[in-house]
Amino acid sequence: MLSPFAVQAKVEVYEFSDPAMEADYKQLNSELRCLVCQNQNLADSNAELAQDMRKQVYEQLKKGSTREEIIDYMVTRYGDFVMYRPPFKATTLMLWLGPLFFFLIAGAVIMSFGRSQKKDHIDLTEQQKNKAHSFLDK
Amino acid sequence: VSRYFVLGGFLLLMGVFAVVLSKMGSGEYNPRNIPTEFIGKIAPEISVPDLFRPAETVRTSAMRGRVWLFNIWATWCPECWREHEYLMYLADIKGVAIVGLNWRDEEDKAKAMLHRLGNPFIQVGFDPDSRAAINWGVYGAPETFLINAEGRILVKHTGSMTPAVWDKKFKMHFDQGENTL
Repeated sequence: MLSPFAVQAKVEVYEFSDPAMEADYKQLNSELRCLVCQNQNLADSNAELAQDMRKQVYEQLKKGSTREEIIDYMVTRYGDFVMYRPPFKATTLMLWLGPLFFFLIAGAVIMSFGRSQKKDHIDLTEQQKNKAHSFLDK
Repeated sequence: VSRYFVLGGFLLLMGVFAVVLSKMGSGEYNPRNIPTEFIGKIAPEISVPDLFRPAETVRTSAMRGRVWLFNIWATWCPECWREHEYLMYLADIKGVAIVGLNWRDEEDKAKAMLHRLGNPFIQVGFDPDSRAAINWGVYGAPETFLINAEGRILVKHTGSMTPAVWDKKFKMHFDQGENTL
């Protein structure tokens, strides 16, 4: 039987004497993206590269690097892409605001449809009305 | 009027869709191609043991003054087997200096592959725990970098090295580099 423990056992365990450092380690692993399995962060991934990157994070924390320094190290090597939550800046503007933009377009289209449908009655001339009546009265 | 507005919007979206699709067709916007921040920057230093002489260290800084390729490969990577023959051609016939980095591999298998297919590398670093690979922003194999005499990275290619890739991305830098030496 496969149990959740069997899966967890694959992830290496690092010992921390300092709980703050351990918290940093966990936070970094949740913020950094696994580059092989792109919709996972480092914490969730069993890929070998992710494993080695966790090791790097661990070793750099042990050496006294701060959270920012480690993120910086990864971003200069792998780009903003390595951040599971990309930073809000000029190059990622479309990423953050694109969905909102399309949502607004969809809203505008729906609104204009609703309005045009309401206006959809036709003004008939007296002659046309009589003609219509003559058809209906038959 | 609103009908034209809707039609216009539709055509615009169609246009965006078509452009993205054609770009994807020509190999762009591939989510697997992670953009590198390295182009134009000084290559990171590595010091890893030499695959064949473990007592010696392979350092990227030792290549200063030469135009060279840095090729990340492994025996578990099928594309690496595929590109090997062309790397041999580049090294033996074209005289290109290639430093290899054997990544996340087993020593015996790596040596056996080079014995069987030939060794195109002037040096091969052995990097079983990705220490050097992560330092170079590597996320797959094969990857090939071109570094100029000054030690700056000019090109990064992910995937197999082929004659077409060489002509399109590498050749001109190499020619220029040769002339300035």
